[in-house]
Amino acid sequence: MLDKIRNKVLSGKRLTEADALKLFRSDDIFLLASLASHTAEEKNGRKAYFIRNRHINPTNICVNRCRFCAFSRSKGQDGAYEMTISEILKKLKAEKAKLKVPYSELHIVGGLHPDWPFTYYLELVSTIKKNFPKLHIKAFTSVEIDYFSKISGLSLEETLKALKSCGLGSMPGGGAEIFAPRIRNKLCPEKISGDRWLEVMAEAHKVGLRTNATMLYGHIESYEDRIDHLQKLRKLQDKTGGFQAFIPLAYHPKNTEIKGSYTSGIDDLRTIAISRLYLDNFQHIKAYWVMLGEKISQLALKFGADDIDGTVIEEKITHSAGALTGEQLTAGQLSELIKKAGRIPVERDSFYRKVKRAE
Amino acid sequence: MKHTKQKRNTAKKRAHSCIPTTDRITKKEAQTMLKTADILDLGLTADNMRKRLHPEGIVSFVVDRNINYTNVCINKCTFCAFWRDKDDQDAYILDRETLFEKIEETLDLGGTQILIQGGLHPELGIDYYVDLLRSIKDRFEINIHGFSPPEICYIADSSDLTIQETLHILKDAGLDSVPGGGAEILSDRIREILSPRKIKSSRWLKVMETAHGLGMRTTATMMFGSIESPEDIITHLDAIRELQDRTGGFTAFIPWSFQPGNTELIQNSRFKIQKSVTAVEYLKVLALSRIYLDNIDNIQASWVTQGLKLAQVSLRFGANDFGSTMIEENVVASTGVSFKTSKREIIKTIRAAGFIPAQRDTCYNILRKYEEGV
Repeated sequence: MLDKIRNKVLSGKRLTEADALKLFRSDDIFLLASLASHTAEEKNGRKAYFIRNRHINPTNICVNRCRFCAFSRSKGQDGAYEMTISEILKKLKAEKAKLKVPYSELHIVGGLHPDWPFTYYLELVSTIKKNFPKLHIKAFTSVEIDYFSKISGLSLEETLKALKSCGLGSMPGGGAEIFAPRIRNKLCPEKISGDRWLEVMAEAHKVGLRTNATMLYGHIESYEDRIDHLQKLRKLQDKTGGFQAFIPLAYHPKNTEIKGSYTSGIDDLRTIAISRLYLDNFQHIKAYWVMLGEKISQLALKFGADDIDGTVIEEKITHSAGALTGEQLTAGQLSELIKKAGRIPVERDSFYRKVKRAE
Repeated sequence: MKHTKQKRNTAKKRAHSCIPTTDRITKKEAQTMLKTADILDLGLTADNMRKRLHPEGIVSFVVDRNINYTNVCINKCTFCAFWRDKDDQDAYILDRETLFEKIEETLDLGGTQILIQGGLHPELGIDYYVDLLRSIKDRFEINIHGFSPPEICYIADSSDLTIQETLHILKDAGLDSVPGGGAEILSDRIREILSPRKIKSSRWLKVMETAHGLGMRTTATMMFGSIESPEDIITHLDAIRELQDRTGGFTAFIPWSFQPGNTELIQNSRFKIQKSVTAVEYLKVLALSRIYLDNIDNIQASWVTQGLKLAQVSLRFGANDFGSTMIEENVVASTGVSFKTSKREIIKTIRAAGFIPAQRDTCYNILRKYEEGV
């Protein structure tokens, strides 16, 4: 039944949405794995990537109240926090003094703070860049960029250019959730629409910022909704080529308003594989270990993923919703997971170039 | 307890050229597979075999509780974080009142079995065990799955009885079946290093053979991922398969991986172990177990050591049973690994992996299927 799809994959032909749906409904996870591995190897050989990175979430105060989010708080609510730029700087400096090998990337995302001006973010980026010139700053989802443009009165282009000139190096892919309006309105009615998310990304690519893309799955969406999401990403990537990696994010049910269950390990692997097969114009598929768990992330390397993210060091968002993982892995542990999966570990920088280190 | 030729033939039809196509795989073939076969090829072969043995797509589980009557143990195995000395502050022997409460709670939760295991306590003789079993059976209708081979041997030795006599007495007192623990790796070379005071392979097998002879069903386990070689794993599987050919008494095989937290084995650098087994290695051994043990009906996924998500994936790599709901578990938890769950959660988890969950009894008879929507 899947022979046609197999032939398409092996001859490098693009899969249709109907093909993707067939794969989601198929029980043949071994065929999926072998096809996705084939494509992954065509794109990245036997390599699998990891990065030394650190997450910073400047605040959890957010004007949006997404139903699936256990991280956000309203201003004044119990557990709400905000970090000043000097606090963040202090933390990074203290850490740098302790680390033998510094991390190469800072991942910054946070809530949409009701009072902070756009200048806070510009200053945040430029201050970090001034103090750590070699550190790559990957920061702000489409949702935050849209918000910055609203609070500053600047166009998207002006907003992005201003951040870029302060030292923003690239953007993460968060906030995409599921594009389909019917689902999106239930999950996160205050959040920007899927179309707007894509518009921000298109603009970022235009000003020369590379970005990632994500999809939050396993809550109330259908397979068709997932495919619709993938289809919109593939279409934009055809136009801009600006996406680096696609990262399917497994929904976590704890402390959220929509509750539900954890995704099954099989669904996680299937989703990775179909993403690899359908998104033929994405160079990388990332199995983000914080959300999948290190065990499923490792297996994902046999299902089409070529990246398991990084050291992370501190993770607040998934852990608010009942992450089953720890908050950090060492470079050695990441490398070992990759090796044991039969792949060649490569420490990468933010643009997937091999990091060379003098031993 | 019958094995048909047909079941042995299930090892046929291989997916890949590196996996042999004879009826039953040999030790040598198994070694090659473990060392060189791709995890996906092993998985597919094991999955096909699982489908042939369990075509209804049922994944079973038992509702039970692990009750550890004592943590005092003279064996002090290097991989164990549970044992205590008799004089340690947190050494204990469970009192009857607590024991009965635990059993009552288990029955209230729909439980059908208790797994009773403990350390090898130097002051407990066979009378203690007989009394323990009788006191339970007098009060409750519940299956007692208890005392792994090291305990049986210790009871026999300290009471000057043969294994046969010991099992006979315990059976008469109410012991229904014997758990397969304490097998670790059935290779004396490895046992000598990991657990020098524990019974040797031949005695472990002897207890099982004797139990089977008395009509008692047992399981078999394997703890891998410490210092053994692939050859040791195959030696273990082969010993189990060989005994099963003769007795047919094993209901299930349960491979799990060494959990290093708080154990001497990880803390003492002379053993040179740094890490725990990764998902890929676990699934390889699981799949190979399914393929090699063509005469054992059930292979258990170990969600307690691997987590629910990997346990789900295990169901496509040879496993057809989810083990126990583990109302209580102390031994793995003492290594710092603690995946907790409930019957409801187990049902949901099995269903989400694409299978029909079903509660079973100790002998793997299905008691109740949980079709969609329950």
